[in-house]
Amino acid sequence: MIPASFEYRRAGSVEEALGWLSEDPDSTKLLAGGHSLLPLMKLRLATPGVLVDVGRVPGLSYVRDAGDHVAIGALTRHRDLEISEVARASVPLLAHVAGQVGDPQVRHRGTIGGSLAHGDPASDLPAAVLALDATLVADGPRGRREIAADDFFRGFLETALEPDEMLTEIRVRKAPSGWAFQKFNRRAQDWAIVGVAAVLDGDPRVALVNMGSTTLRARGTEEALAAGADPTDAAARAADGLEPSSDLHASAEYRRHLATVLVRRALVEAAATRG
Amino acid sequence: MSATVLEGHGTAGVVGTRMLRREDPALLSGEARFVHDLVVPGALHMAVVRSPYAHARITSVDVSVALGMPGVVAALTGADLAGEWASPMPCAWPVTADMQSPEHLPVALREACYVGDAVAVVLAGSQAEAQDAAAAVAVDYEELPAAVDLEDAARDGVLAHLDAPSNRAYTWELIPDPEAVRRAFDDAAVTVKERYVQQRLIPAAMEPRGVCVVPQPFGGEYVVYSSTQIPHILRTMLGMTAGVPEERIRVIAPSVGGGFGSKLDVYAEELLCLALARRLRRPVRWSEERSEAAQATIHGRGQVQDIELAADADGRVKAVRVHLLADMGAYLQLVTPGVPILGAFLYHGTYDVPAYSFTCTGVFTNKTPTDAYRGAGRPEATYAIERAMDALARKLGMDPAELRRRNFIGADKFPYSSVAGLVFDSGDYEAALDKALGLVGYEALRQEQAQRRSDGATKLLGVGLSSYVEMCGLAPSRVLASLHYVAGGWETATVRMLPTGKVQVVTGATPHGQGHVTSWSMIVADKLGVPPDDVEVLHSDTGLSPLGLDTYGSRSLSVGGTAIALAADRLVDKARLLAAYRLEAAPEDLELSDGQFAVRGTPSTGIGIGTLAFEAFTAHDLPEGMEPNLEASATYDPTNFTFPFGTHVAVVEVDTETGRVDLVRYVGVDDCGNQINPLIVDGQVHGGIAQGVAQALYEEASYDERGNLLTTTLADYLVPAASDLPSFTLGRTVTPSPSNPLGVKGVGEAGTIASTPAVVNAVVDALSHLGVEDLEMPVTPERVWRSIGAAAPVPGGAR
Repeated sequence: MIPASFEYRRAGSVEEALGWLSEDPDSTKLLAGGHSLLPLMKLRLATPGVLVDVGRVPGLSYVRDAGDHVAIGALTRHRDLEISEVARASVPLLAHVAGQVGDPQVRHRGTIGGSLAHGDPASDLPAAVLALDATLVADGPRGRREIAADDFFRGFLETALEPDEMLTEIRVRKAPSGWAFQKFNRRAQDWAIVGVAAVLDGDPRVALVNMGSTTLRARGTEEALAAGADPTDAAARAADGLEPSSDLHASAEYRRHLATVLVRRALVEAAATRG
Repeated sequence: MSATVLEGHGTAGVVGTRMLRREDPALLSGEARFVHDLVVPGALHMAVVRSPYAHARITSVDVSVALGMPGVVAALTGADLAGEWASPMPCAWPVTADMQSPEHLPVALREACYVGDAVAVVLAGSQAEAQDAAAAVAVDYEELPAAVDLEDAARDGVLAHLDAPSNRAYTWELIPDPEAVRRAFDDAAVTVKERYVQQRLIPAAMEPRGVCVVPQPFGGEYVVYSSTQIPHILRTMLGMTAGVPEERIRVIAPSVGGGFGSKLDVYAEELLCLALARRLRRPVRWSEERSEAAQATIHGRGQVQDIELAADADGRVKAVRVHLLADMGAYLQLVTPGVPILGAFLYHGTYDVPAYSFTCTGVFTNKTPTDAYRGAGRPEATYAIERAMDALARKLGMDPAELRRRNFIGADKFPYSSVAGLVFDSGDYEAALDKALGLVGYEALRQEQAQRRSDGATKLLGVGLSSYVEMCGLAPSRVLASLHYVAGGWETATVRMLPTGKVQVVTGATPHGQGHVTSWSMIVADKLGVPPDDVEVLHSDTGLSPLGLDTYGSRSLSVGGTAIALAADRLVDKARLLAAYRLEAAPEDLELSDGQFAVRGTPSTGIGIGTLAFEAFTAHDLPEGMEPNLEASATYDPTNFTFPFGTHVAVVEVDTETGRVDLVRYVGVDDCGNQINPLIVDGQVHGGIAQGVAQALYEEASYDERGNLLTTTLADYLVPAASDLPSFTLGRTVTPSPSNPLGVKGVGEAGTIASTPAVVNAVVDALSHLGVEDLEMPVTPERVWRSIGAAAPVPGGAR
């Protein structure tokens, strides 16, 4: 439970953080809330040489109405997102999911940017931003770029971010109704065994937690919905083509079954919120 | 902080009131100090190199690289340390004369026998340096086949120790009349035969273990700070094992963050810190990490239980027959072999059963040693009989409450001589059942359950009962002798008044979360007529309480509390003599009320006990022959166990689509005799229920087939949190114990004992119409989902 030795630097600005990051991108990690990275370091599954703490970089914690979308600063803590009036009115799915992450201690330290950049398929927020078709903004030595959520999650703990880039903002189109989130776990504080984020405004999008090595969409369900299937028939295809893992808490077979049940429930619930 | 009473009962004193715990402000504010918090200048930090193999021959240990690393002072192998030990690590409970016990050294020499077995130690200036260097110790292992599965190990397919003739540690029997058992099964109208698995549990106390030994190498003593439940037993055992004269060891348990039996032990790290402090003449400390605790601190449970009941057509149980396999793990720790024996007498539960047969075989495996864990043997026994009673009820088509009612030991039968040889002190089992059924609304729940079934609901309702009796107040020393336990079961107390009228109490009991300070001060406050805030309780330091037998087995109040009460009575007796001298009255004419001695009928001319304390202190004018000071001691050896009992009811909702089980309501009615502080009783029951629910639904120490422990973090080992549990509805009946003057029985383990079978019975009850008859613990959603898929529905949907 003691991490390997590392150098700690506290960044005062995005520019300073990016400067340090560019010195040795492969052995430098950004530290935000620390609730994903530090446990890995304590178990010595991650051994960065340099830790750049961006937790006190000013100006990156906000939830802002930006007209057709909501802009969220990468350092916004889960708790601040959960209680944001803007988020609750315009992207209630995101506010709700932020309130489902871990336990109160985690929600008061962890940040949305940290959670997304960590790229854990068992995390809730990646599925939410994927279902919401969000755009992720990254800054780096080659300037700023926008990455679609569909292109962002690449694999287990792997995202489209380059090692010298920093996620700075998340842009989410407004989706005030027609949403649902289902999370199945054994204890309230646990990662989901399976989770489902569904958004029925516009083209239906259904994203899954912990149903593969990365956060992904239930394409079979989405196709069925586009073809006019009812929730039960569409949900039956939730695990089509997916290969979830087996672990201590659930077998792959059980996860596939849960996905069909939870997607059906999410679709029914989302339809009900559409008014 | 002044004592706050939530609910009083007039002028009769504080005993029986819900006084807030005096311990809590220091604990909640962070002021309390645990071993890890102690600042000890110059201390070396120890890290332990542990075997990554369940079973391996240690072919070489090379510490040379580690020795060259920053801050490292020493790196030592088992061979380097072999000369430190006067004897192997102790087991205090040889349950049979032929019990096998493989040699257990603090650091293994040739053979590592579980993942976590120590193979070397490193000492460095900081914990981080010690851990880095420990990772650099190069150990060559030759991996050996491991005995992992308990039933395979019992067949000696793979030996857990290379040189052992067998994996069998012992076989212990309690069969008072074999012929009666045979006859009962031959004549039975109905029998049930069930097999239950008690999964291994990780105690997971909030504070992992910690040790710090401070030597005074030039003629002084060794001060051993340890996060332990048993400073007194530890001092004796450390002395015997490390070859240090006992009087040179002072053991102090500072604030201890929970134990549940896991700190009722003598551990390698305690011995190592002592031996290394002796060797290096420097303080040596070690703080256990969470993942280390999962492997290196004992596990609980680990049994396979075969239980059979023979009953007549009316459901009256005529015989119980039990065969146990008990997983010892790799070595026998302090009381490992005795844990199943603590349950051996209770497999007939609360029922009046005439014929009884119990056998237990202890088996070695290549896993972490097991030992006492909250309830120790009694939860396992209660689980088996309460699950089997439900199986019998299903077979008979009888309501489980009615089956229990028919079989209870009647309230008119106490003291009750049990078929297993115990004398149950007092009880009224049906009253507790009735109260629990009333609180939960049993009939309405049954109607709702039937309604949901007929509606085809996907959320089914299940109601589970558990009626329990346990034996507490460990223990009459003569009984312990008959069970081959090597120590007694008494407890000590001293009560003294200081010159200002304040009171010091010294107890041999050693609290680690139970609230002894509050309860002891309440008992003494009422005896002496002083406010509880004026009573200081000293404990957990062998320098302050040289003799004691510590805290475990729900013994502290019924044994230690009784000693406190007896000592206080003796002090009052002496004060009465002094008061009589001062008041020129006969002692027998005086009464003590609100701290004043006065002649009966003339309360205005009394003398306060505080004044008497000062006069006894100055000793200027004492009766001829009276010693100065008001101080008295007592040692109490109980004459019998105490037998708390009760009925708990769990109500669950089972989602048939996902297998999810939600515990939606929980009622616990307990009878622990008289209550000193019902608020503390509530707290003990709450924690106990949570821990028992955890075994039913959440927790399991999982191993892979090679003997690797898979649940080494609290993300994998699922200790439930408050958010996972409903609010508990608690009720109580009060049947004082005739065995001690306080009439108390003990309540530290009751919740854990009662709750596990109640919850599993509830889940099975929810699914019984689908043909589900059993579910393995922990009852995970996936197991429930699979059981529904595999079960054959009962024709007509009968219960």
